[in-house]
Amino acid sequence: MSIWLRIIVYLVAGPIVGGLLAGWDRRISARMQSRLGPPVFQPFYDVLKLWQKENIVVRRSQNYYILFFLLLVIFTGALFFAGLDLLLVIFALTLAAIFFVLGAFKASSPYSFIGAQRELIQMMAYEPMILLTAIGMYMTTKSFNIQDIASHPTLLVLVLPGIFLGFLYTLEIKFRKSPFDLSCSHHAHQELVQGITTEFSGRTLAMIEIAHWYETVFLLGWVYLFFASVPALGVAVSLMAFLLIILVDNVFARLKWQTALRSAWAVAAVFGFGNILVLSLLRTTPSTSQPAVNVAPLAINAVAPATSAVEPVQKN
Amino acid sequence: MSSFSKSPWIIHYDASSCNGCDIETLACLTPLFDVERLGVVNTGNPKHADIFLVTGAVNEQSNPVIRNIYEQMPEPKVVVAVGACASTGGIFKDCYNVSGGVDSVIPVDVYVPGCAARPEAIIDGVVQALAALEKKQKARS
Repeated sequence: MSIWLRIIVYLVAGPIVGGLLAGWDRRISARMQSRLGPPVFQPFYDVLKLWQKENIVVRRSQNYYILFFLLLVIFTGALFFAGLDLLLVIFALTLAAIFFVLGAFKASSPYSFIGAQRELIQMMAYEPMILLTAIGMYMTTKSFNIQDIASHPTLLVLVLPGIFLGFLYTLEIKFRKSPFDLSCSHHAHQELVQGITTEFSGRTLAMIEIAHWYETVFLLGWVYLFFASVPALGVAVSLMAFLLIILVDNVFARLKWQTALRSAWAVAAVFGFGNILVLSLLRTTPSTSQPAVNVAPLAINAVAPATSAVEPVQKN
Repeated sequence: MSSFSKSPWIIHYDASSCNGCDIETLACLTPLFDVERLGVVNTGNPKHADIFLVTGAVNEQSNPVIRNIYEQMPEPKVVVAVGACASTGGIFKDCYNVSGGVDSVIPVDVYVPGCAARPEAIIDGVVQALAALEKKQKARS
């Protein structure tokens, strides 16, 4: 499949799959609480309704931030499914989240302030682990290119089990589910109202919902990347990861932000960094014996003569 | 049938209720009645809500709050007065600080009788409010 075809498939199928997943989420959650739950298409009804409602704003510019949030989330997913650079995907994802936070700050209400600040803290919590995930994938496949990572013959999860666990942990934060629904909980009416989304209504709120759908598909796509050499297994595990997130959402209560931040960094340090440490210790012998022609990127070749030129000067 | 009647989001406010109607309102969300199967979400945010459920009579304290919440809700919006007190002032009607039912402050679309109003009656009130919501949306567009 060509790059453009994949992007178009993502743009069209992304919200449909994401919306259905959101509908299943609500239905499965309801079943876990021995309720019947809403129809699977409920998220689509919600967004259609929100699209027709009046749009009340504090400052008109807050809506433009959300528009850019939506566009950047779509851009992030498009980069990902086009198979481009993983680091670029991470930066685009961060930029999208920053626009969301800026929109909430722009609305200058105490509740959206709390939500925005907590969202920033959550970004601090998940960002190290996400970067470590990219580094771990680079260390096994010697490429940041998602196309190369996906077509790599090894099952990445076997080499990166710690990073996979850590990534699942950050997924909980990224989905803003309990125990990490700090920034916009659906249940904290008294203390948060709706946190970061408090001041958004009508069409803008619908855009936030659609952005979440795209984000869900993109993040589950990243889970798939760990199992990309066996596609059927990858799809199954992505769906299982989604089920796990729903289960955790229903089992755990909301954590304090301090605990969320500490635990996320602890997980990143132990599972993420630990995995990379083991990987680098195991990989030292084969990488030196092999010629660096097809393995090392250009930057390493460029650095090598520079250091050898410097060393004699220091000896003198 | 448009998407309005499929996804009514509710904000619930206790004007000066004895908590009887509030307990019955929240009972609608429990597994026994489970209004979420109709797409109802109990949101704590007036800017996300379509239906304003008020319980209890209006007194001097709750009067500005009700007005404030109502004005923050985006159009189209409907108001449901739940219980005898919210509908007419009930047994508190003649109190010196009570101005009467919710309709003494904001326009009310549906009155739900009862003391306390039963969950079935509240759900029925919400369903009738949906018809009013549809009508208001048609008038808007």
